[in-house]
Amino acid sequence: MSQPFLKIEGLKRQFPQPGDAAPTPVFEDLNFGIDRGQFVCVLGHSGCGKTTILNILAGLDEASAGHVIMDGREVRGPSLDRGVVFQGHALMPWLSALKNVEFAVRSRHADWSREQVRNHAVKYLELVHLGEALDKKPAELSGGMKQRVGIARAFSIEPKMLLLDEPFGALDALTRGSIQDELIGIVEATRQTVFMITHDVDEAILLADRIVLMTNGPRAKIAEIVVNPMARPRVRETLHQQPEFYPLRNHLVDFLVKRSRAFTPGADWDPKNPPLVYPGAPDRAAA
Amino acid sequence: MKRNKAWLAPLLSVLFFGLFVGAWQLATSSSSDGELPPGMDPEYAALLGAQAATGGQSAMPGPGDVAARIWEHVKDPFYDRGTNDKGLGIQISYSIARVLGGYVLAALVAIPLGFLIGMSPLVYKALDPFIQILKPISPLAWMPLALYTIKDSNTSAVFVIFICSLWPMLVNTAFGVATVRREWLNVARTLEVKPLRRAFLVILPAAAPTILVGMRISIGIAWLVIVAAEMLVGGTGIGYFVWNEWNNLSITNIITAILLIGLVGMLLDHLLAWVARAISWRE
Ligand SMILES: Nc1ncnc2c1ncn2[C@@H]1O[C@H](COP(=O)(O)OP(=O)(O)OP(=O)(O)O)[C@@H](O)[C@H]1O
Ligand SMILES: [Mg+2]
Repeated sequence: MSQPFLKIEGLKRQFPQPGDAAPTPVFEDLNFGIDRGQFVCVLGHSGCGKTTILNILAGLDEASAGHVIMDGREVRGPSLDRGVVFQGHALMPWLSALKNVEFAVRSRHADWSREQVRNHAVKYLELVHLGEALDKKPAELSGGMKQRVGIARAFSIEPKMLLLDEPFGALDALTRGSIQDELIGIVEATRQTVFMITHDVDEAILLADRIVLMTNGPRAKIAEIVVNPMARPRVRETLHQQPEFYPLRNHLVDFLVKRSRAFTPGADWDPKNPPLVYPGAPDRAAA
Repeated sequence: MKRNKAWLAPLLSVLFFGLFVGAWQLATSSSSDGELPPGMDPEYAALLGAQAATGGQSAMPGPGDVAARIWEHVKDPFYDRGTNDKGLGIQISYSIARVLGGYVLAALVAIPLGFLIGMSPLVYKALDPFIQILKPISPLAWMPLALYTIKDSNTSAVFVIFICSLWPMLVNTAFGVATVRREWLNVARTLEVKPLRRAFLVILPAAAPTILVGMRISIGIAWLVIVAAEMLVGGTGIGYFVWNEWNNLSITNIITAILLIGLVGMLLDHLLAWVARAISWRE
């Protein structure tokens, strides 16, 4: 079997506790892989350690045990190979939308001319339909527009992989939908590998090829990895008419509501190799 | 809802000014009738001299006298008739030059040093006790030490300005740099931004409003201190002018100088407020 593009092995993170209390790991012994071009969502309740995992993948935080291997090399710090869209948009408020993206482009291409940097940044802002708002400061943009600038910034460095931390968490349903569609558009066009955190079930179904289900913390685990039976490209309007939709959705909701809290691993559950689950197509699980 | 009347406040200002000048006129004209001011011991009055005692010309000038004197100074601000008789324009220029000299030197030291302190929690902790002790010292307390070591009165005055401008800028820069949002630093890290580029393009603009607050406090303190410092070292400057006119008992000149000190202080403050607005950002 060939190695996946990104591999997470035995990952554990614990934070020092106040006083001398023994630290309880937020999560431990996480193992999973992401193939090139795959879109993977992590689904779990607040506080189970999703942002912590993403920070470790980004190289912003260090694991207490285990490691992350991307494209055959261990992740040891932040890198331009991994673009990050942060949970808060993290735009620099003193720079216009264009300048925020240019800052990233300039970081990747130090040798480019001013003209080249600008054109490249404009191209990505137009991709998220912000061609009209280039010179606006973040304070003059709506929440959805700010998040789109953040996405344009992450895409503009053309990373090998994209890490998104609840990029649409703070948006209303309508805006969320239209930005999701934009995201699908650019991911299809660039065949980007994506790791995304969410706690919205419908978002996961629409976007993800695989959905990693995490149990509640502390000592969170990967209960299973759900394979989305619906092939790409998935279209919001018709998605719920597909026969696989409701079995998948029910499975995910059921996990979040019941099983994530009191997860009791079966005899054959192995953290090194979390089970792949095919809701709505039980015959495939055996294959 | 009431309409906002933009002209009302300036109108009131003019009214208050008129009332103040009127009261001043009244107070000074009533005491110039040749009688001793009430409660003044005749012997003491005699000691003070005929002019003050009789008030043949009131010791406290009226608004008309001051206005006339101001007009004289405005017509000829830069005359120079020897050490003790220079135009107000020359004197205030000396003061401004000293303040700017000490202030710019302080900024050149405080901002880079504050940057280093703010970047390193270790250096922050190590230097904190020194800053804590040095900061509350009245800058004038340094004057004898400065005069003793530097030996030049002009340089000593600049040094005192330097010392008093240093702390607000240093402390604010260190604080501003130390509290730059983690998320912006993380953005810079994920983009593999080099340290120098990060310092100038991320940390500096993020901390700039806080740094400017320190710079504005500093220029205010420096302008307060220069008057006292020049009274001590003498020679030139608006502070020395005030002291000298006190010795000459020329209250009109003193009042004129006081107004000028206030005016220049306000201009310096407005200049920095304008810079602060230009570099501030909104979220
Ligand atoms: N720097 C830290 N020091 C101590 N504890 C931390 C730190 N960062 C995170 N934690 C703890 O780790 C746990 C997981 O935090 P994390 O931010 O990863 O959660 P999350 O799954 O992203 O939650 P949410 O969905 O609300 O964003 C929390 O219990 C939190 O208290
Ligand atoms: Mg989070």
